[in-house]
Amino acid sequence: MKSLEELMAIRDKTRVKMTVREDNSEVTRVVVGMATCGIAAGARPVLNAFVDEVEKRKLSNVTISQTGCIGMCQYEPIVEVMEPGKDKVTYIKMTADKVARVVADHLVNGNPVMEYTVASIEK
Amino acid sequence: MRELSLNVLDIVQNSISAKADLITIDVEENTQTADFSITITDNGCGMTPEQIKSVKDPFYTTRTTRKVGMGVPLFKMAAEMSGGSFDISSTVNEGTKVVARFKTDNVDFIPLGDIASTMTTLISMNTDIDFVYRRCIDGKEFTLDTRQVRQILEDVPMNDVSVITWIKEFINENTQTLTEVQ
Repeated sequence: MKSLEELMAIRDKTRVKMTVREDNSEVTRVVVGMATCGIAAGARPVLNAFVDEVEKRKLSNVTISQTGCIGMCQYEPIVEVMEPGKDKVTYIKMTADKVARVVADHLVNGNPVMEYTVASIEK
Repeated sequence: MRELSLNVLDIVQNSISAKADLITIDVEENTQTADFSITITDNGCGMTPEQIKSVKDPFYTTRTTRKVGMGVPLFKMAAEMSGGSFDISSTVNEGTKVVARFKTDNVDFIPLGDIASTMTTLISMNTDIDFVYRRCIDGKEFTLDTRQVRQILEDVPMNDVSVITWIKEFINENTQTLTEVQ
């Protein structure tokens, strides 16, 4: 059974590996829409997949956060990726399965997955 | 919503928007009487009696990006279609309480689903807010209180992956224990 004592051990272990976050200007922000529309469309597993994938790859220059409704409810779950000095990329109809590719291609290698973005439908 | 835990995630966003810094989620179940209730209490800015009336209307929302607000109406619908009921009470500057009651023996009862995932999402995305999650089944209960967790963690951030994993397992294992001891 998980106990609060166990949490103390986790604290001590985590404190050792805690590193200073890199300069804020270099941080890429991943923002997941978590209003009613996003949640109903499946934003929770998408958000969790981003957290897992970023942790797995130890990407210290990526922050993941949530936002409300962006106003394109029919395209939820929507994820926005904001890299410093680059245009915002808006991913639509995201699933947990698509996340691994977005992390690998876009967050790691800097190539947005165009076929998942809002640009792919507006043409 | 496919799981009630998603409604919880959604309704709590209202508490966050209301600038609450303590949010309590209470899930109670009586397997004998088939009663199931979810109570969400916050210490946010609260609502006026007019606002309480209008949040149940899908065409009321405080947002500006779209004209409908489905959070409360969907939760209310989920409760009522299972033969349960729905209540909101609120006091301006004190907070809001949302109670949804369900009947688990109704075919239209939607399962709670992955509540641990809802809690870890809320906790990791809102590290400046404290959450209390209480789960009670037939009088047996456990509580997760992030104020206690925070005290133990000291300078270690609440949203560190190892902490979040612990919280998820804590909720799942304790819930499992509640259902086993019957």
